[in-house]
Amino acid sequence: MRFLSIFKTPERTAPPSQEEMDRMGRYIDESMKKGELVATEGCLPSALGARVRLANGKVTVTDGPFTEAKEVVGGFAILNAASKEEAVELARRFLGFVGGEGECEIRQLYEAPAPVRA
Amino acid sequence: MTADTHRAIEAVWRIESARLIGGLARLVKDVGLAEDLAQDALVAALERWPESGVPDNPGAWLMATAKHRAIDHLRRRKLLDTKHETLGHELEAEQERTAPDLDRLDDDFGDDILRLIFTTCHPVLSPEARVALTLRLLGGLATDEIARAFLVPEATIAQRIVRAKRTLREAHVPFEVPRGAERASRLASVLEVIYLVFNEGYSATAGDDWARPALCEDAVRLARVLAELVPQEPEVHGLAALLEIQSSRLRARLGPTGEPILLLDQDRARWDQLLIRRGLKALERAEVLGGAYGPYTVQAAIAACHARATSPEETDWTRITALYDALAQLTPSPVVELNRGVAYAMAFGPAAGLEIVDPLQDEPAMREYYLLPAVRADFLAKLGRSEEARQELERAAGLTRNARERTLLIERAQSLKRV
Repeated sequence: MRFLSIFKTPERTAPPSQEEMDRMGRYIDESMKKGELVATEGCLPSALGARVRLANGKVTVTDGPFTEAKEVVGGFAILNAASKEEAVELARRFLGFVGGEGECEIRQLYEAPAPVRA
Repeated sequence: MTADTHRAIEAVWRIESARLIGGLARLVKDVGLAEDLAQDALVAALERWPESGVPDNPGAWLMATAKHRAIDHLRRRKLLDTKHETLGHELEAEQERTAPDLDRLDDDFGDDILRLIFTTCHPVLSPEARVALTLRLLGGLATDEIARAFLVPEATIAQRIVRAKRTLREAHVPFEVPRGAERASRLASVLEVIYLVFNEGYSATAGDDWARPALCEDAVRLARVLAELVPQEPEVHGLAALLEIQSSRLRARLGPTGEPILLLDQDRARWDQLLIRRGLKALERAEVLGGAYGPYTVQAAIAACHARATSPEETDWTRITALYDALAQLTPSPVVELNRGVAYAMAFGPAAGLEIVDPLQDEPAMREYYLLPAVRADFLAKLGRSEEARQELERAAGLTRNARERTLLIERAQSLKRV
């Protein structure tokens, strides 16, 4: 099964240091090596992004930064896990690794026929 | 015990078991014993964690517990009356090393997993035993899951695993990554096991136990892990590429009522682009490493031709014929020849295809294979030889075991009659 993990965290003001980048790089390598991680990307500051919204038949675009938001999407990962519990465990480890505050929203991805390992 | 904790422990087990068993096997030099010790640690976790909660570093907890059991075990066997002090030091040092230092973790994980997979795929074991042991020790699958996946009784798999462990022990198979001349053949055995697991999953049909298609996922995962651990071996990337690309079509190859959909009829929008991208990248690595003519890499290259084409018409059939020519030289077989014929027909017309597949009619292995007359029928019909085509379709209908397929073939035969 595959799970999408959306990482949300208070937006930081400073870019990550080289040391942080290296540490994250090693964590990603390690997770790839274990076959736990299928794909992952990190986001640049929300100032470079936008929200595109449809309401009442009208599309509105709000440019970043999303200063009003307590947490913004920091990145995503596609996890390979045999159960939701396994995906949760992987997310727990990831959060422990990055530290600070934040959450991972875990969503199982549609795959048909979906093998469900009870 | 709450069901939640139980499931959380299972999840930890699946993530940690291979590393745990690999680390222990390095210490006790016996894969079977290593698994027993790891299982003991799991039992301890099942007793302890529901009350204490899952520890912050569950993997380290399991490893520490298992290592204590390892010392106890070795003491009991009085193997180390004099040496145990040394071993004690060794274990302590070992514990230090497995502390969550990322660089260290990196090395240990890779080496232990590699030793483990080379051991579970050792040629001293039968192919069935290699598959069962690999899924059990590296895939973290329970015996009943393996049994359901391979449609055999649980007792059969249990026995297979017990025997495999005993064979490894009795043959004194060293727990190590093979080097030198032995390495290539041992690696081939590992790749073959992963490929067997994948194909078993791929041959699952609608209504099968979920454990069968899940084998594809287990195989892809093993291939990915291996590609990261021995990045210099082109065929490992070739196999990974092949499995990624094959997997990308898993959800497109069955119709709403579970009928198989052939590659050219599949809805390509349902192909998994993430897996295709990963597959193409792995293929590129295999080719850059000089592996363009490895059997898995060639098969991956063929799969990639299809993956790159956004519609059947855009398929580069000329390139596919060249790849099949290569494959027919590397691993000659009637099935490869049949596929080569199909590719030639697509690239250069039905007569070219027929020229390749006609000699296959004398192959004993193809006598009962319904696809040969079905393919010939297709070529003959395109060449306007309707009567011969009809006869071949009827022959194919008589050979297939799939009821839906049979209906389809008979319908096509009848439509030719009317012409």
